[in-house]
This record gives sequence, C-alpha cells and structure tokens, in this order.
Amino acid sequence: MIPAPFDYHAPTTLDEALALLARLGDTAKILAGGQSLIPAMRFRLASPEVLVDLNRVSELAYLEERGDHLAIGALTREHALERSPIVAASYPLLLDAAKVIADPLVRNKATVGGNLAHADPANDHPAAMLAYGAQIIARSPTGTRTIAIDDLFVGLFETSLRPGEILVEIRIPKPTATSGGAYLKIERKVGDYAVAAVAVQLELDGPPGPHAPRAPLIRHIRIGLTNVSPVPQRARAAEAALTGQHATDDVLEAAGQAAAAECDPSADLRGQVDYKRDLVRVLIKRAVRRAIERAQGGRP
Amino acid sequence: MSQHEITVTINGERETRKVEARMLLVHFIREELGLTGTHVGCDTTSCGACTVSLDGEPVKSCTVFAVQADGATVETVESLAVGGKLHPLQEGFWEKHGLQCGFCTPGMLISARALLARNPSPTEDEIRHGISGNLCRCTGYNKIVEAIQYAADKLRADGKGA
Repeated sequence: MIPAPFDYHAPTTLDEALALLARLGDTAKILAGGQSLIPAMRFRLASPEVLVDLNRVSELAYLEERGDHLAIGALTREHALERSPIVAASYPLLLDAAKVIADPLVRNKATVGGNLAHADPANDHPAAMLAYGAQIIARSPTGTRTIAIDDLFVGLFETSLRPGEILVEIRIPKPTATSGGAYLKIERKVGDYAVAAVAVQLELDGPPGPHAPRAPLIRHIRIGLTNVSPVPQRARAAEAALTGQHATDDVLEAAGQAAAAECDPSADLRGQVDYKRDLVRVLIKRAVRRAIERAQGGRP
Repeated sequence: MSQHEITVTINGERETRKVEARMLLVHFIREELGLTGTHVGCDTTSCGACTVSLDGEPVKSCTVFAVQADGATVETVESLAVGGKLHPLQEGFWEKHGLQCGFCTPGMLISARALLARNPSPTEDEIRHGISGNLCRCTGYNKIVEAIQYAADKLRADGKGA
C-alpha cells in the first residue's frame, strides 16, 4: 500500500522545524519515528499534505538526569531507554514499558515523544508517564510551556498540544529511596498492543527493608492504564483505595476491583469487556506487589 | 508532492536516485536498486521480512521513507556473503535447517547480525528476544535459534565480530 502524495521537509534544527510548522499551518504533520504515522498513511487513514520530519533534529535526542528529574528528549528512540544504565538503575517502570513496546525493530525507530504525542490509548508510554506524574515540555515559536501529563490527553488520538507546537521533552520526577514502580502488560503476542496493561509508581512510608512487621504502608501511588479506555487514564479510584493504606491482600483486591469498575474498555478481537476488566483487576494487584518489592529492594 | 534526490550507501556502493517523498525504503531497495533479497511480507509493520540495517540498526524498511535514508548507510541480505563465501549466519541457517520456505530469512539474518554485533554470546532467551520482530510461519523458530547459536559460536571461534 502506497501513501497518498505529500511534500516533505527535513529540518535540522528545532527553530527551523518550528518556523516550518508556523508557515505551513495545519496542512503539516510532524513525522518522528514514523512507526504509527507511516502505517496510518499507508492505510490512507492519514493523508497529510506535508510532512515535517524531525529525525534530523539531533538536539531532540537525549536522555539524562538533570536536577530533580530525568529529562528525555522527544526524539529519543525506545531502544535507548532499553540500553540506558540510568533507566536500568532508577526507573524500572520505564524499563518495563520500553521492553514491551511493539518489537525490537520498531523500537529502533519509534520515539518516546511520538508515542505520547500520538495519544493512542493502546500505546504504552501514556500509562507509564501518567504513573510517574511526568511533565511535558512543548515549544512554539513564541515560547516554551509545561504541560502536566494529567492535562496532555484530551481525546482519542488528541492532545492539548496546540497547532505549531512541538513536544520537545518529557520530564520524569526522580524517584525517592522508598519508591518503586512496575509496568505489567498482557499481550497476545510480541508486537501486539496490550489487551490491558497497568503502570504503577508508588512511594512507601519509612525506610526500605524486607522485614517490616506489617504490610508496607503506601504513602503515595499513581496508576496509569493502557488500552482500556478511549483516552489514556489514571485509575484514580484504585489510587484512592491504596493511598495511606497498608498493602494487605484485602486492600489490593479492593483497589483491583475499583480499577476494574472505573476503566472503560471496548470489546474487540483482544477480548470482551468483562475479560478486560478482570485483567485490570489482576494486573493492578500484581503490579502493586512488584512495585512494593522493588521499593523494598532499594530499587526506586 | 515533492521529489528528492537522495544518495544512499547500500552494501558499500553509493547510489543516487530521484524519488518521490512517498516512496518507501523497501521499494527503493527492490525496485530502484534491483536488490530483491529484501522481501515485502505483511506490508503492515508486523512481520519483519523487509528488515534492513539502517546506519547500523535493523529496521522495517516498509516503515521508513526512502527520502529519510538520504546520506545513510543501508545494508541488506546481499551484503552478507563475501566473494561467494557464506556469512557464518548463512552457514548456520544452512547447517541447522534454519529456513523452510525462506521468505523471512533475509530479515532474520539482518536482525541476527545486529544482535550478534551487540552481544556476541547471547543466551537462548536473548536470541529469541532479539528476533522477536521477525515472524516465521514455517520453522517454529527452534531451528532459527540453533542457527544463530551456531553462528555465534563460529564467529567467536574465528575471533570475528558479526
């Protein structure tokens, strides 16, 4: 299948890219890794008149801790997350997610910024970044603004980015010493979208240690869900059921049930609605347990 | 629709052509350059039959525009055998029966070469993970894994990289 004809620009700096977008207006579409956009163009689900290819804007590809956060340039490839010692040491939720995005060949091209800006509820980074409470940095010809991840996703394939803006950076707050995270995804086969997936980032009360006398106390928790709602969403009722609670089996089960009730999956080839809700219930419990183990093991 | 003159170094040869922006890299390789070892399988970014090495990383060439490869180095399955002598990976696929119909093989070989270049002594799990973007409908993968293990052993014994 051949995409519809289009004009193509390949700027080499961010300023050049912003100027092009300003000049071309809404006829233009940004091309990042292209692993969602190019298939969509081949199916003729998308027929942009102009592509502005960011792949030569090398200033947007970086991954480093700066002050209180991990800064990820929007053009950072998924494989860079998988191979990063910083991610392996301190961001296990992000590493979990990076390993299960599509397949290794796709991850060599696909970008973190593109995964978020595409705002597909089946993509894996939205849930991960919702769990982290990440911040999104957007640039336009007139300046820079910060968007809380909670405000980024506004509809199916729709974000709060404005025309002419480019998502340039993702900032993940550095986890504290008593923090842990996990991403658990059920997929039918490698490369498929999730039937359902759950991202958990939590902080325990008190110093880490495997011999705590009671079930650990969850001070803070954020949970993101993948592919069980039209818009990437947090499991706020589940978060409420866990925040300030000791993570007993009963508390975890209640949180799982809360998430199963608050998500909004649709039936498709990957499963019926009830099946997906039950997956969410189970995945919440497993992901919280794994996040707690990691918090107690000293891995943030 | 824009036309672009691009220059790609493919299997060591510099090639310059004028292409439409919408031409996919796999079509450039097969139809413009006549290198038909790279296959079009699913045509939907799923199967990996079209895998080529783009600046050292294996990618699905059906999901990259040719114009994006301007200035890049591309290697296809035709780059593996030198002077009629099979690459250890090709030899492994031969010796271990790593192919039946052979349609996925060019992509498998390119993915496997990138895997061994990064990790000369992969475990079975690492091999399976490394080729998980390449689908094979014949072999059930076991023979492919054995073929890659054969090549890894041979390359290590020869003191060579992939």
